Amino acid sequence: MRTPRAGIALIGRGRASAARCARPASALSVLVIVSPAVLVFLWMLSLSLKNEIDNLAYPPVFIPNPPTFANFLQVFEQNSIGRYLWNSIVVSGGATLIALLIGVPAGFGIARLGAKRLIVLILIARMTPALSFLIPLFAVFQFLRLNNTLTALVITHLVITVPIIVYFMAGYFETLPKELEEAALIDGASVWSTFRYVALPLARPGIVVGTILAFIFSWNNFVFGAVLAGRETRTLPVAVYNVLTFEQLAWGPLAAAAIIVTLPVLLLTILIQKEIVVGLTHGGVKGG
Amino acid sequence: MPPARPARFLARRRRSYFYFIAPTLVVVGAVIIFPWLYTLWMSAFDWTIGSAAHYVGLGNYEKLFTNQRFGEAVLHTFYFTALAVAAPLVLGTAAAMIFHREFPFRGMLRGLFIMPMMATPVAVALVWTMMFHPQQGVLNYLLSLIGLPPSLWVYSPTVVIPSLVLVEVWHWTPLVMLIVLGGLAALPTEPYESARLDGASEWQLFRFITLPLVAPFILVAAVIRTIDALKTFDTIYVITGGGPGTASETINLYLYLQAFAFYNIGTASAVVVVFFVIVLALALLLLHVREKTKWT
Repeated sequence: MRTPRAGIALIGRGRASAARCARPASALSVLVIVSPAVLVFLWMLSLSLKNEIDNLAYPPVFIPNPPTFANFLQVFEQNSIGRYLWNSIVVSGGATLIALLIGVPAGFGIARLGAKRLIVLILIARMTPALSFLIPLFAVFQFLRLNNTLTALVITHLVITVPIIVYFMAGYFETLPKELEEAALIDGASVWSTFRYVALPLARPGIVVGTILAFIFSWNNFVFGAVLAGRETRTLPVAVYNVLTFEQLAWGPLAAAAIIVTLPVLLLTILIQKEIVVGLTHGGVKGG
Repeated sequence: MPPARPARFLARRRRSYFYFIAPTLVVVGAVIIFPWLYTLWMSAFDWTIGSAAHYVGLGNYEKLFTNQRFGEAVLHTFYFTALAVAAPLVLGTAAAMIFHREFPFRGMLRGLFIMPMMATPVAVALVWTMMFHPQQGVLNYLLSLIGLPPSLWVYSPTVVIPSLVLVEVWHWTPLVMLIVLGGLAALPTEPYESARLDGASEWQLFRFITLPLVAPFILVAAVIRTIDALKTFDTIYVITGGGPGTASETINLYLYLQAFAFYNIGTASAVVVVFFVIVLALALLLLHVREKTKWT
């Protein structure tokens, strides 16, 4: 409980102290920095809601008139996007779940042991180009005849989800008050029950944020699926790139598919917006 | 403080903490450490999938260092990285200063601002591909509105890398902003009060108080950004595939071709090792700078 509150309180303190009142100049500056972010998404939406003639018109047509959902229908009817959506859910969901099962206790153990070396290992893993994990795993999966299966993809996505969860949770457990656990241990509780009944309930907000972060990064991954997936086991980003760019060069369906891929992630981001800030002030700048 | 406990008791407790880590160690060993060692080992072999492997020692590395295309890929990577780190750092710090102030709808606007950071890179890259289109693209239309000549964007060998950096800046400035904003939130207030009493201007406050105090956070952002920019793959692969010609072929693109288009596992493994050394060296350099500028 203490940690997220403390984090928000910290931000709140800065807000109250250093922040000055709004001035016209700052309203303009806010507009300037926020609009590129928004406009690209609006353009994506505009492309997806227009017919092909309007999409290729010059000067460009900005407002779809009348808006059409034909592109979305086409994407669902002509490309088995439902299947790819399911593949993505299985792969990212599976990899995140496994990472949680092993990573949350590991984060706890690392925090309590002060095992800095394991954190360094994870940081080095984060530095390693994703492709370099792929080459050996590709060879092993070929040997095990697992290429083109969702199992291979779930295993490979552990490369993404495990370090995020472990790193994030280790940072989170470190910020939890140790007094409660000490008290429980002195009263004769085992390390496991201190974890299960003291630390874990306190860490719930951190677990939620860690889960969402791991899921997002796994969902967004393209290259693992691009190399390991077969026609039937493509994840959504791979399907959008492969199916749509090569088999039809229409902009409307392409934009519609891009929205279908990225919308779940954007919704999740809105859900944990505040926690991302807290998460980054805690987990992201550790050791500072 | 409880009295000193028997050493055996503490040792047993340490061992139980270790059991918490063990499953992760197994998985990390299988999917992270094994690939590292395998890659290192394979980089000493000449092996194309489908043919026999034979040992060549450092032969792959020798070939790599005399390979002009790889040399160019390294240069492209550094050029891309320099721009894709510097621009988001400057813009992200500026954005953090803006979002540190209080204004109406701040939370909502900040939410909109950080959306690009989490958007699926492939989806974003596809939209930018359409925006870069020289004839029908919306970017050239916007240029024409302010009286500038159209650009070839990613279709020009000289503009392609700055164009790709534009996507990268759009994508990752929010991350820098969030990290620096976290730093700003933790700033002490006393220096500002006394500096204001002494008649310091807003710019002086920023230059001589804020900037030095948030410098460690900016450096953390720089480390993360450098690692990610060096490793950029999706954006470049989707938008240009390394083209036109090889004008935007970075180390990662070169690596992909060697591994999964030519199945040259030996060469690709050597590229991975060299690539990793570059990433590690730059990250350590920046972390070293950070240690030097620590203020706590």
